[in-house]
Amino acid sequence: MTALLRVEHVSKSFGGVHALDGCTVEVDEGTITGLIGPNGSGKTTLFNVITGYERVDSGDVFMGGTKITNAPAQRAFSLGIGRTFQLTRIFPRLTVMENMLLAAHHRSRGQGQAGSRTRNPLARAGGTADRRHAMELLEFTGIAGYATALAGTLSYGQRKLLELSYVLAAEPVIVLLDEPAGGVNPSLVNHISGRIREMNRQGTTFLVVEHNMEFVMGLCDAVTVLDYGTVVATGPPEIIRNDPRVLDAYLGMAEEDDDASRE
Amino acid sequence: MAVQDGTGLIGGRLGLRPAAAWRGGGILVLLAAAAVFPLVFTNPLVTTIGVDTMIFVGAASAWNIFSGYSGYISLAHAVFFGCGAYTAAIASNDWQLNGNVVFATLPLAGVIAAGVAVPFGLVTLRVRRHTFLVVTIAIFFIFQLMAYNFSFTGGTSGLSAPFLNWLPQSYNNPFYYLALAIAVATFALSWLIRRSRFGLQLRAIRDDEGRTRSLGVPAMRVKLSALVISAFVIGMLGALWFYFIAQVLPESGFDPAFDLSIALMAFLGGLGTVAGPVLGALIIEPAQQYLTQQFPNAFLSQIALGAVFLAVIALMPRGLIPTVAERITSWRAKRSNRVPADADVAGPGKAVPAAEPGPAADASARENSR
Repeated sequence: MTALLRVEHVSKSFGGVHALDGCTVEVDEGTITGLIGPNGSGKTTLFNVITGYERVDSGDVFMGGTKITNAPAQRAFSLGIGRTFQLTRIFPRLTVMENMLLAAHHRSRGQGQAGSRTRNPLARAGGTADRRHAMELLEFTGIAGYATALAGTLSYGQRKLLELSYVLAAEPVIVLLDEPAGGVNPSLVNHISGRIREMNRQGTTFLVVEHNMEFVMGLCDAVTVLDYGTVVATGPPEIIRNDPRVLDAYLGMAEEDDDASRE
Repeated sequence: MAVQDGTGLIGGRLGLRPAAAWRGGGILVLLAAAAVFPLVFTNPLVTTIGVDTMIFVGAASAWNIFSGYSGYISLAHAVFFGCGAYTAAIASNDWQLNGNVVFATLPLAGVIAAGVAVPFGLVTLRVRRHTFLVVTIAIFFIFQLMAYNFSFTGGTSGLSAPFLNWLPQSYNNPFYYLALAIAVATFALSWLIRRSRFGLQLRAIRDDEGRTRSLGVPAMRVKLSALVISAFVIGMLGALWFYFIAQVLPESGFDPAFDLSIALMAFLGGLGTVAGPVLGALIIEPAQQYLTQQFPNAFLSQIALGAVFLAVIALMPRGLIPTVAERITSWRAKRSNRVPADADVAGPGKAVPAAEPGPAADASARENSR
């Protein structure tokens, strides 16, 4: 089985810093794949390279067999790659519903009345079907009560949910989540992971960057570990959890020292 | 369906409909008042103020379609105003137009101004925020310089309009009604755009252009379209103003005070709202004209304009309409003791508890945790 999203030997430097160094990552269709690694290991850079926010120095990115190396952000999006940001990017002066409609207009899987939507530029934003669909998604993520509120009035956790909702409104094939649980209270973290799992059950693939180990290990089918811009390990969470290379990358202690101190 | 995107934070069924009725009624009353204005006040000094005010209502509204919605603050819309005025001047002189037929050049003036807006936009819209603003000022002065120096613009002495052989008593009326018609059409267009997909994209660009682009919105095309639309309207108004004043000079056609005025009108009323620029123009322009007529040599109107600008920035940076609307909303909320609205939004399908205003996300999170 070929991977849905494949990053092949990608390198990217900022000045003298090798943010990505021959990095190869695969995400299989229908999975929730975790991407972990210490700060500065290149996780967000990898996201930026995939979604068209940064250009690669070398290497290639493939989405479902199509080469999308250095494609602009809108092309990555139109191929079905949705993405959330570590520092949540919502539209604060649009209402929650308007945030949803903006993304829904550009559904990647192009459903229903796409033609009628585009014909008249002055037609009201969001047809009935779009609004109903958006409302369902907001109910799904639990912020439907805020549909008419300005997005800027939402709390931090609610903004995370809104960003997730509007990315889902575009009906992406794969969603890249950059720290969905970062800075969010524990009950909301559970809520978010529940929503991700449910969407995954309905067929959406996820690639998740997260520091919260409990979150990653509980949610993901496979985990890839980055360190210094290269993949250190990849495999199912229970194996990754005990992989000495991973412990080394995170805790920075060499095996011998560890063993020696115990003896 | 209880899905609404009205401006009220409490989008309940009870809240919106009377508000919409009030709004519609208010617009009708204003329209009726505007329509009978020159019949009630026949003094040419007063109707002159009326014409100027209507020109500024249209111009501020058109400026807002671009700058208010997209967040790209332009201080160069006088370029389009001047281009419209000079287009009308050159056309009516070259083709020796006379009488009512001169007004046939208005659409042409609009088209020329819109045509100028295309290269203007392609250059300036590459930069954002303050840089954009500074670049527009620079381009504005280039146009003024060109008007001073080209021969087809008449240089420093400018161009004159054909003499319109109308009765002095009602001379202002055709100008007034034309300006009113353009202003009303622009207002309607502004309303249509704001609620449309195009308007949503513009306002999304204002909030986060990079993110908007990444959601598949062709940002350059959207921004440029808005600029061209506002330039078209302002070009027509420039032509109308030219026939009204009967003369265009480089410093009056390309007038920096025009840019500042329309921007201030929009800021005062509420940048990016539909009614704000109209309200701002209705307040500022008559006041300014009145002061100019009463104290012709004192620059009092300019000082007053500056003072209003400072007051708006200091006291209500978002403008009258958003500030007042917020007051009303919070007052209503207090009065109705925050009855949760939209409790009936639970849609079909999903087995997720309907969220209510309040700590909804947390509550449903607890229910969904494994």
